Amino acid sequence: MQIKPILAAMRHHRAGTVLIALQIALTLAIVCNALFIIQQRMAHLSEPTGIDEANLFVIRNQWAAQSSTPQIDAQIQADLAAMRQLPAVRDASPSNSYPLRGGGWDNFITLMPEQVQPTTDGSVYLGDEHMIDTLGVKLVAGRNFRADEVGRIGLREDVFPPVVIVTKALAERLYPDGSALGKPLYAMSPAPSTIIGIVDLLQRQGVSTWDTTYAYQSLLWPMRLADPHGLYYIVRAKPGQLAAAMREVPTALYAQNRMRIIDPKDGELSFAQVRERAYDSDRGMAILMGIISIVLLAITAAGIVGLTSFWVGQRRKQIGIRRALGATRRDILSYFLTENLLIGCIGVVIGTVLAIGINLWMVTQFEMARLSLGYVVIGVIVLLLLGQASVLTPAMRASRVSPVEATRSV
Amino acid sequence: MFVYYLTLGLRSLRRNPALTVLMVMSIGLGVAASMTTWSVFRAVSGNPIPDKAAQLYTPQIDNWGPQQNEKGEPPSALSYTDAIALMHAHQAMQQTLLYPVQLSVLPGGSRSLPIAVNGYAVSGDFFPMFEVPFQYGSGWSTADDEGRTAIAVLSEEFNQKLFGGANSVGREITLDGHDYRIVGVTRHWDPKPRFFALFGSSGFEDPADFYIPFTRALDLQIDTAGNNSCRGKLTATGWDDWLRSNCVWVTPWVELDSASEVARYRQFLEGYAADQQRAGRFAWPPNVRLRNVMQWLDFQHVVPSESRISLLVSLGFFAICLINTIGLLLAKFMRRAAEIGVRRALGASRREIYKQYLMEAATVGVAGGVLGLLLTAVGISGTGLLFTPEIARLAHLDLSLVGLTLVVAILATVAAAFYPAWRAAQVQPAWQLKSN
Repeated sequence: MQIKPILAAMRHHRAGTVLIALQIALTLAIVCNALFIIQQRMAHLSEPTGIDEANLFVIRNQWAAQSSTPQIDAQIQADLAAMRQLPAVRDASPSNSYPLRGGGWDNFITLMPEQVQPTTDGSVYLGDEHMIDTLGVKLVAGRNFRADEVGRIGLREDVFPPVVIVTKALAERLYPDGSALGKPLYAMSPAPSTIIGIVDLLQRQGVSTWDTTYAYQSLLWPMRLADPHGLYYIVRAKPGQLAAAMREVPTALYAQNRMRIIDPKDGELSFAQVRERAYDSDRGMAILMGIISIVLLAITAAGIVGLTSFWVGQRRKQIGIRRALGATRRDILSYFLTENLLIGCIGVVIGTVLAIGINLWMVTQFEMARLSLGYVVIGVIVLLLLGQASVLTPAMRASRVSPVEATRSV
Repeated sequence: MFVYYLTLGLRSLRRNPALTVLMVMSIGLGVAASMTTWSVFRAVSGNPIPDKAAQLYTPQIDNWGPQQNEKGEPPSALSYTDAIALMHAHQAMQQTLLYPVQLSVLPGGSRSLPIAVNGYAVSGDFFPMFEVPFQYGSGWSTADDEGRTAIAVLSEEFNQKLFGGANSVGREITLDGHDYRIVGVTRHWDPKPRFFALFGSSGFEDPADFYIPFTRALDLQIDTAGNNSCRGKLTATGWDDWLRSNCVWVTPWVELDSASEVARYRQFLEGYAADQQRAGRFAWPPNVRLRNVMQWLDFQHVVPSESRISLLVSLGFFAICLINTIGLLLAKFMRRAAEIGVRRALGASRREIYKQYLMEAATVGVAGGVLGLLLTAVGISGTGLLFTPEIARLAHLDLSLVGLTLVVAILATVAAAFYPAWRAAQVQPAWQLKSN
């Protein structure tokens, strides 16, 4: 294939060439970044929580009558006993929060009592001796809390437990040599707490950018939150009985004591709903970027079809002459394909630079990760193929131009 | 001439329906994507209190020190100690402390099921400072603050729910088992973003149901429903201990009407922090900030990054659609070189040709704008898929957005047609006439 005549022809259609190259470049830049955003968001929203999501639901229980800490604590224990007796309920635990709630209680953690700069940060979950079974998390080392270790926290009381259970992620961050069991930690506490158990996986309450630094670093405290605000009940239904349990539990709680608030709108959430809420902006971004990428590729393809058709129409006479001089249909076809490939190459070179530039700028603006080059390579291939595919129909039409055209009205 | 060009334009659009549809869709999609994301962006990035945004300031004082503060910035709220000290110093014309509270109420009397209501514990100056409109009664005075009176202001919506919208001033309301006398009912008031209470809130939640005096809320030990952030070792054994701790949870606002007052207040803050250092409470030099409403919204990153990214990507998308349109218009116009040649030969000036083709592009723009409008309406009804519900509900199609959509579509298309129309006007009549 001869490139020279193509280049010469391109010089005659400078505007069209520049427009197609520019469109390919910008499309590449946006589609690469959009695909990258989609991948990042999808990876984020498919992270596991480590808990038995299919059978879990949470109740936000607020107290409507003011009472003392011991009274509240007694009511909590009565509530728990009532819930655990229900036929559809496997287990229940009181807590201050639950994974994916979207932020909440977290404490800095140090290894030394006098240390000012924290070693790391941990998401704090309060719960009783039923917490591990309720969540369905796996204890990989040590033991569970005993009932006699469970304490209570009243209004603005900083009470710290002598024993804690931590996640594997947190244990390894604090004691990288794997010796965490039995060791102390200080979660902003004046006295040490001893690690008595390690659970495999338990996601934090928040999954924001700030939290990702400390992903899966959680700790469990043997405590009931008995302050006048209220608390969360985490309930694990027996397999397949989630709907029944979600009906039974509020009724049982109101039967216990009606001076409480379980918001009709979002006071009771299945974990599927929790997950949906936690990631709705990630899902939305992925959808938006997906729509934009598809429409953008379609528009670019249509634009290439349009302009190439115009060129073919303009050059019918020249094509006829070439055919009359002995060029085969294949020659004509490959002429247009090569022309498009050349323009496409210029476009993707500029586009690659733009794609990386846009990503670097987004890194500084939105705390995004660096674009991996795989996406650029995929984008380049997709756009070059798209260009060839869209040029095919007009090029076929060009190849069918009869040599007779050359003889018409010169 | 105008009407003639318009009919010419319309006729030409009918001649290559495929090309026309492509251009109209290109413009329509580009405009719709930009307008949908813009409608969300303008809702979240707007000025919530345009009249006074430059007079309202929130002071920050670093009570954590360089080793524990947020990358050199003071915390985003005050500790109780510093908040009360600023209040007592009374260095601004008007000033308020506030924190969010959540209480229970029995809407249908003592036999009904309780519901949770949200409000703020504020100082009396809150109402005039933030220009809260009143339906009945008014806010309360500084004397009521100091007297720690059990009074409340209700929102229009909450008053509707409890009292059927009647004038409830002077009646009693029981919140969490404590009685308050109602002194005022506001009109619907819901500045978005809710700039004044961002500590533990995105700024886009449901409006407040009630307001009670800050001092009264403290007496009743009503805990904050917002954030509480602490440093170092936590050793509080209860409410009073917690108030004395370094935990931050109170949001302060002051009204400063002139640049000199702002400078004076800043000086006062510096002086206060220096006094604390001298007294040994702070082991670091003064580190204070004084930000007005828009600076505060910016600092708190109230505009979600999703909204920014989607707007930018949509604008890039629109740019590509326009480049596409330039190419298609070029093809469309140049295909008619022969026709242009004839018109030129018959005496049409370049200017006339130029005008004719811009006009033709404008008709494409109008069609694109109408399509864009339809797609924007679809897009806005679908924002719930793309953004969190509390942000999605802020986007709506109003008259200004309709106007903007049409104007942007037409202007962008005409701008895209400048080059193709110029090329059309450059056609040499002789060249075209020669061979036909």
